[in-house]
Amino acid sequence: MVDKYELRAIISSGVLLSLFFFAVLYNSYSRKIDMPTCVPFEKTFEKSAVKKIDDGLYEIYLVAHMWTFDPEEIEIPAGSTVDFYLTSKDIVHGFHINEEGVNMMAVPGTINKITTKFEEEGTYRFVCNEFCGTGHQNMMGKIIVK
Amino acid sequence: MMVSNQFKTTLLIGLTMPMSLFILGVYNGVMQTLYRSGVLHQHATAGINYYQGLTMHGVINAIVLTTFFAVVFGHYTITNYLKKEPSKWSYMLSMILMVIGSAIDLVVMVLGKASALYTFYAPLQASALFYIGTAMLIIGSWIAFAGWVKIWFEWKKENPSLHMPIAILGTFVNFTMWFMASIPVIYELLVLLTPWALGLTNQVNVPMTRTLFWMFGHPLVYFWILPAYVGYYTMLPKIAGGKLYSGNAARLALLLFLILSTPVGVHHQFSEGGIAPSIKLWVSILTFGVSIPSFMTAFTVGASLEYAGRKRGAKGLFQWMSRLPWLRADNYLFGYFICGLILFIFGGLSGIVNGSYTLNQLVHNTGWVPGHFHMTVAGPSILFILGLTLFMYQHLSGKPMTSKFTVTIIPYLWTVGVSLLSHGLMAGGLMGEPRRTNMGLTYTNPESPLYNSHWVPSSTVTMVGGLIMGTAALLYFISFFKMLCNKAVELPTISMPESEELHNEREIPLLLNMKPWIILAVILIGSTYIPSFKNVFKYGKPVESKYHMDNPSNLIDNEK
Repeated sequence: MVDKYELRAIISSGVLLSLFFFAVLYNSYSRKIDMPTCVPFEKTFEKSAVKKIDDGLYEIYLVAHMWTFDPEEIEIPAGSTVDFYLTSKDIVHGFHINEEGVNMMAVPGTINKITTKFEEEGTYRFVCNEFCGTGHQNMMGKIIVK
Repeated sequence: MMVSNQFKTTLLIGLTMPMSLFILGVYNGVMQTLYRSGVLHQHATAGINYYQGLTMHGVINAIVLTTFFAVVFGHYTITNYLKKEPSKWSYMLSMILMVIGSAIDLVVMVLGKASALYTFYAPLQASALFYIGTAMLIIGSWIAFAGWVKIWFEWKKENPSLHMPIAILGTFVNFTMWFMASIPVIYELLVLLTPWALGLTNQVNVPMTRTLFWMFGHPLVYFWILPAYVGYYTMLPKIAGGKLYSGNAARLALLLFLILSTPVGVHHQFSEGGIAPSIKLWVSILTFGVSIPSFMTAFTVGASLEYAGRKRGAKGLFQWMSRLPWLRADNYLFGYFICGLILFIFGGLSGIVNGSYTLNQLVHNTGWVPGHFHMTVAGPSILFILGLTLFMYQHLSGKPMTSKFTVTIIPYLWTVGVSLLSHGLMAGGLMGEPRRTNMGLTYTNPESPLYNSHWVPSSTVTMVGGLIMGTAALLYFISFFKMLCNKAVELPTISMPESEELHNEREIPLLLNMKPWIILAVILIGSTYIPSFKNVFKYGKPVESKYHMDNPSNLIDNEK
């Protein structure tokens, strides 16, 4: 027999987990906070580029390699929406823009894609947050939003 | 019960060797906090590079020490409850493999030939010996398990009417899960990485190696916490002076770990582009599921402690907390248990954050993550290991423990240290501090163009916590090795506190039979890993590369 205190504990932890899970779904689907998505691997992604598709719409092809990002400095106008495509030429790297909540891994042999919008002007630093050898702590870049 | 000499010697080696290595592990941990906070602006200290030290810290503390302890604690528990020793071949062979494996690992790490951290990080290549040594350690633990299963069936034949004690169920659940989860990593180590490191093969499928690793890497964290759970259910109520609130709840919680531990490994790969978001959402649901047994434990263990307090005459809602045997030198184990539980509240809650699908992107690979797992592995796991190592050594060797006061305050000091360390790491992590990074060279070095002043205060708090933890560990090592030097005054025995159950509960057949749970575990593993591997082959390509950590050129091109 489940006693009454145990039952209360079960119900309250169930409610807590459901609340957490509702919050996760709400943020993903209503507020459009995305996970990185998959793109099948192509060699063409190993060339870095910043492409202007339209006004306020950019595609940035980022390539990480030991111990720099390519491109390291990116300039875009404020209010732009950016699709980041990320891959690595050698080993596993990370890519993290803290203010934007953009955080993904560059795994050799895969492509990672995420979309974000830069509302505010300023300088956004991004760092490599995955161990990639002795120069790992130097791996950083900037996005300048004007 | 009395122990044979060979069994005793094997168990004492299994306690002493990892504890000696742990000195090196702790030293490197303290050093990292000094580097990160910007006290040291250099690549290496005393010949140990930051990343080499990080590898030692991770491998020694989180694989070697925890695996050795799980095996020794398993031997001790099983022998205590079944009143018979495992077969000689099983414990000798398992200990020999584990000792040789970890010795190989230690040598290659000290020589700097394996600074690939403990996630193996292909295509960053470690020495093939490192892969082989780690595989030996894991296979050694399987052999110990085989010996236990054998004597369990013998015992069951002799006592058909008796049920499996909770402590044995916990140990068996733990090792069944461990066995299932370590098959993929053994395949990765011996079939994929060793030939690749030796130059026999050139290609390596990176997303696949990562998926195989995390299929093992997440169950590993339950593998090191479950011995502590067994202790919380079967020893703590007795030590606190109470009874276990509900035996069936304990069994259910342990069996839930069996089914939910292995399928959730993909949540370490939320930010990788090789696995579709739909699978990640499913894994997120399962990860929330795996917090249920911990919520249950919080209730059951809490209720058992409350009962112990009320038995001592506590009134009201909270008075029972003060009536527990805090800081009592004649009951030093209590501190190791309770401090671990307190830390685990925050460790568990921060873990739910990491497992939450998109929320993970705010914290992935930042300082938040080590902040979280230092409240789990450096909380209940290590505290339980420290306390029980003293306890088991005392009983197995018959040597007296003289520094009673010191070992009583160690867990409290350690907890203060972990709290500060984790707070600093988590606060820094939310501000974007990367983990696994020698920040002292750039980000917290005022002379560097990459300097970031925001990360100085948080990493300084981390350093203070790290130094306090280091002090507590130092006191522990002094007490432990002092005990080793004492002369034995009693005969070697195996005995442990055994909690009684408070309520006389109905038997539930489902909770007494592991088979359906194992089948369910395999189904759940299939539900996440079959689609994950399909995705990995669909979106990822194998690469022809091999790198050393200090050289950005591809070794395979150089060989051609």
